[in-house]
Amino acid sequence: MDNIAGTKSSLTWAVQISVVVLVLLWLFPTVGLFVSSFRTADQISTSGWWNALFPTEQSLTIRAAAPDTQVQEGNVFVIEGNLYTDADVPDGIEMSAWGTSSREIGAYQPGDTAELRRGGTITVEGDGDYRMENTEAFEGNRGQRVFITAEVPPDFTTENYQQVLFSGDATDSMAKAFFNTLTVTIPATIIPIVVAAFAAYALAWMDFPGRALLIAMVVGLLVVPLQLALIPLLKLHLGIGIGKGYLGTWMAHTGFGLPLAIYLLRNYMVGLPRDIIENARVDGATEFQIFVKIILPLSFPALASFAIFQFLWTWNDLLVAKVFLIDATGQTTVMTNQIVELLGTRGGNWEILATAAFVSIAVPLLVFFAMQKYLVRGLLAGSVK
Amino acid sequence: MNPALQGLLTIAIGVGGCLSYFYFSNQVLDKVIFPAKGPNAGKNINRANMVRPWLFLLPAILALGLYLAYPVVETIRLSLTERVTQPDGSTTYDFVGLANYAQMASEPKFWEAMRNNMLWLIVVPAMSTAFGLLAAQLTDRIKWGNIAKSLIFMPMAISFVGAAVIWRLVYDARPPGTEQIGLLNAIYVWMSGNDPQQWLTVPFWNSFLLMIVLIWIQTGFAMVILSAALRGIPEETIEAAIVDGASPLQIFFKIKIPQIAGTIVVVWTTITLVVLKVFDIVFAMTNGQWETQVLANYMFDKLFRANDWGVGSASAIVIMLLVTPILVWNVHNARKEMR
Repeated sequence: MDNIAGTKSSLTWAVQISVVVLVLLWLFPTVGLFVSSFRTADQISTSGWWNALFPTEQSLTIRAAAPDTQVQEGNVFVIEGNLYTDADVPDGIEMSAWGTSSREIGAYQPGDTAELRRGGTITVEGDGDYRMENTEAFEGNRGQRVFITAEVPPDFTTENYQQVLFSGDATDSMAKAFFNTLTVTIPATIIPIVVAAFAAYALAWMDFPGRALLIAMVVGLLVVPLQLALIPLLKLHLGIGIGKGYLGTWMAHTGFGLPLAIYLLRNYMVGLPRDIIENARVDGATEFQIFVKIILPLSFPALASFAIFQFLWTWNDLLVAKVFLIDATGQTTVMTNQIVELLGTRGGNWEILATAAFVSIAVPLLVFFAMQKYLVRGLLAGSVK
Repeated sequence: MNPALQGLLTIAIGVGGCLSYFYFSNQVLDKVIFPAKGPNAGKNINRANMVRPWLFLLPAILALGLYLAYPVVETIRLSLTERVTQPDGSTTYDFVGLANYAQMASEPKFWEAMRNNMLWLIVVPAMSTAFGLLAAQLTDRIKWGNIAKSLIFMPMAISFVGAAVIWRLVYDARPPGTEQIGLLNAIYVWMSGNDPQQWLTVPFWNSFLLMIVLIWIQTGFAMVILSAALRGIPEETIEAAIVDGASPLQIFFKIKIPQIAGTIVVVWTTITLVVLKVFDIVFAMTNGQWETQVLANYMFDKLFRANDWGVGSASAIVIMLLVTPILVWNVHNARKEMR
């Protein structure tokens, strides 16, 4: 065991560092989009999002006040003011150099005094205060240009979210799509649970011929690709008059979610203690009572696991919505579809894309972090034998 | 009617309908058809108990049959027919034998999709499982392992479309000379000094860039399951190996891996199933352009752009055939367990 004890600390460090690298690799793409959703279009297209987190060195061009604001003090004419009051100057900047010519924008330090080309001098302080002096009156109608080089602190905006959520702009708006997604998701999550719970109970605790075959069929249907069902069901929906709409989508999601629901719930219910159920049967409880009063409450963790799966799956789904829901009018578009359309029409407008994507990602992420325990439990029940 | 209201109503009708179906059908069974009293009480109870499972199962069987079993049969039938609009406006489905399959086999796009799917099938499950195993092994040994796990697991909650947007930003390219805003090009330009590349348009390699997105999503899943399996390994086997002087690498590859081989197979096949059905990522990122086509997107193309249901069905059958070995294997295992 010497070899292990001897290398332990360096090995632990190696492990720590590898995990940090791994986590950063996995996190970076998402963080990039998240940061971008709080930046303006200009900021996104001129610098990488990783620069947005740190102060950046930027050159700004500002005009001093126009000559008509000059005052006469004794025999000198003076223009005074503060450069930072200009509307284009970000808050909290820290000037490192300034200049009066576009060829030498960093010629002077804060506090220096410079000769002006058209006569007179200008002094610029670090806090943005400036003072121009001249023995003759300043002429012209535009103010003196001053170039400053400054550290600009990170600057974020929530404008994108307002545009995407509240502007009502038809192409950008995610608000309607958000509610449409919600309308698809909630019934499509709840209905399969109810149907599957009863079936799972029968498959777990009732004895009848053909039970093993049915379970095998459920396991088989678990892997049938969705693609196979698209054409026949679309044909069916169009044939019986449901057409494209919420009803068909809810039914499709219910059908597609059932195998997993039955499988997960049955596996869980089989593990419940036999005594409780048999005692209840001996005491004269009907199967319906046993199911509602004993099985359902005890199966809560499994129900929660499946509910999360189905919620994530229906919320994030694009294919089923495209085939069964979204018609030519586009009134029933869901968020995933809206984002794909934005990719087509506004592929370069990262501020809109990033924000729209984040609006749609936010809810699943919340659910994920709040209910991770049940999600993991469900995964383990579904996969590990 | 407002869709939200309609949704609530559907929940009420759906859930209420299910519950009252279950309740009343049981009542009818126990009170009316086979009442548990009178001369035949005992016999009736037994009879009722024979019927009851089917009452519980009926809605599920109907839904499964209609939404999964029937489409399998119907798709096979449709793949052998051609949709023809008759002069009087009605639609008929004419039997054309294997013509749809023949047409599909003559299209280069189909073979491109097949080739790419095979690449996906090899690369994505292998990489996801490998990264998942690595992450599971590493995070189990450190204090903040649970936080690290949940961050690596997080992409699981992100939609494929959302992931596509996230990664399109990573692969973004700006004209040479301007500052790059895509992480990949920023690193590439900084390291090599070459001009930035439009990564998603570089044939062959762009498929791998799309695969990275799925690997990124699936690694968390592999990690969670493999980590549970690793923790389930009996301590004694590892202690015995240490006493015998095995190095950490030997312990990992010769003691741990063989003991979780079964779980690795499960993870591998589960990810394989996801890969076979992958559609959203390709659809949102390249839509099959620049030689990135995959079967599921090819099928969607045939179905809605070319409006060719016959070839669309035929390609769905190809996906089904690729899934079948896993289906057989799963059913086989499930049956073995039942005994």
